[in-house]
Amino acid sequence: MTAPTLSWNPLWDLRQLLAYPFMVQALEAGTIAAVLSGVLGWYMILRRQTFAGHTLSTMSFPGAAAGALIALPAALGYYAACIIAAVAMARRPDAHDSGGGLQSARIGTIGAVGLAAGFVLLSLSNSILGGLDDLLFGSFLGITPAQVVTLGVVAVAVLATLAVIGRPLLFVSLDPEAARALGVPVRALEVAFLLMLGLTVAATTQITGALLVFALLVSPPAAAQRVAARPVVSMVLSVVFAIVVIWCALIAAYFTTYPLGFYTTTFAFALYVAALVGRAAVPALRREAAA
Amino acid sequence: MTSETDARASRPAAAGRPDAGPVVEVHDAAVRVGGRTIWSQVNVTVAPGQFTAILGPNGAGKSTLLKVLLGMLPLASGSVRVLGAPPGVRRDAIGYLPQHRQLETAARIRAREIVRLGLTGAHWGVPLPLVRRATRRDESRRVDEVIAMVGADAYALRPFGELSGGEQQRILIAQAVVRRPGLLILDEPLDSLDLPNQAAVVGLIREVCTRERVAALLVAHDVNPLLPALDEVVYLANGHAFQGPVHDVITTERLSALFGVPIEVLTTRDGRLVVVGQPEAPHHHGHRHVHADHADHDHA
Repeated sequence: MTAPTLSWNPLWDLRQLLAYPFMVQALEAGTIAAVLSGVLGWYMILRRQTFAGHTLSTMSFPGAAAGALIALPAALGYYAACIIAAVAMARRPDAHDSGGGLQSARIGTIGAVGLAAGFVLLSLSNSILGGLDDLLFGSFLGITPAQVVTLGVVAVAVLATLAVIGRPLLFVSLDPEAARALGVPVRALEVAFLLMLGLTVAATTQITGALLVFALLVSPPAAAQRVAARPVVSMVLSVVFAIVVIWCALIAAYFTTYPLGFYTTTFAFALYVAALVGRAAVPALRREAAA
Repeated sequence: MTSETDARASRPAAAGRPDAGPVVEVHDAAVRVGGRTIWSQVNVTVAPGQFTAILGPNGAGKSTLLKVLLGMLPLASGSVRVLGAPPGVRRDAIGYLPQHRQLETAARIRAREIVRLGLTGAHWGVPLPLVRRATRRDESRRVDEVIAMVGADAYALRPFGELSGGEQQRILIAQAVVRRPGLLILDEPLDSLDLPNQAAVVGLIREVCTRERVAALLVAHDVNPLLPALDEVVYLANGHAFQGPVHDVITTERLSALFGVPIEVLTTRDGRLVVVGQPEAPHHHGHRHVHADHADHDHA
């Protein structure tokens, strides 16, 4: 079998790309994860809960290790660990914690405990857990059709929920006091959001790995929020950016020898830099045109 | 709940409110927080369309009174009715402007969206693109209308975080009135504004009262910028309240008795009142600039 090489014929390239089922499944899973993290990441950036998102992503390590120990699929371990961590984070915030400092401390503690638990579980299971690298830095090999179906179900559930609570959640995220005065259940929405974020992180981690989840969860929405000031527009942009990043990364990883995680992160970073530069350049050009 | 039913429900809230009855009725009320009585035997009445200020020294329980009206704090005794119902029942007919709002997370969001959230932010579900087109058009028209009323057309499409303190306050007032409330409650809306902006915001609230036929209840610690526009004053001091028209309450004798320190009320040549020697105003002024000063920069 020859290694796939990129030609100048896009049709031929596409046929090579879709020649193996594993690659089709990777593209499907990548797209679903990109849509989910484009939307949920958008809210996460807005709500300044990036640290919570990061901690949730490291929870996939103990999750996968626990799954390996009791012979369950790793994906199940991911979802379970992320939901448990989200519930732990969602505990009622302290009344005096106006800046969120105490909550950050709690999230940090949860993260440390989770990683330590993962380490112990890993040694208990005698390192049955194959491919620690893949777990941490992502892989597009070996995504099963069942995993894709699970991803799809999770995505539909999360996005359907968000369709119902999306607008009040935006209100609560931007202006909690005014929302509370109008009778919006602020607290319930905050908890619901953390749970949905946990599910999204668990889903995305399966493609990007625990450490590089931010390539999809942070960079695309951060870039989108730089360039658009209307919530709907910037949310759509965020999803488009995430999909572009994961597709480019999967294609690049398929045709070259470097790992997926490297490409995902590089493309996401390039996109973010482009958004920053564009944001700075456009008003300057407009001023010049006006002058 | 759909946008359509909500839009219909919010309109009668303004049109259908009993014009005869008062908007706020507090009768012989007392509040206790942590075993301490904040105030007692308080009577307050606000008529529709009236502009009333709640004044008094720090710690007199001004914000406590607002919390009672919003249904966030129960009375220890007495009774209170807001828009003809117990407090907390007619929430969506009250426009509320909390104190010291920076909306840090909204820095990169268009100001117009902040106003729109006041109208639709509490609605569940997605606005369906085709079915609700007429409703959405009505909503957009209403949002544009209040933005024009507060004079924010020029910067409504800019990110909220790029606006000056005065511009942000106008946007937040637009957000509070966009649902056509019967009562507007404003907690220290002049705080962190410079003098010209204070006068402009007071004039704006007066205009909103008249044009939207909404009663405004405003908490402030400095009475002077408000005096030209006010109908009624509620003075809270020493655990009690005194309410009356501006010219009855804002007198040298009354204020000196309420505060227990000499206060002078002067009349300028054009008939305006000026209060001199209000005990807490200057000392409060100093520290409120600490957290307010970056909101004060005028980008224009």
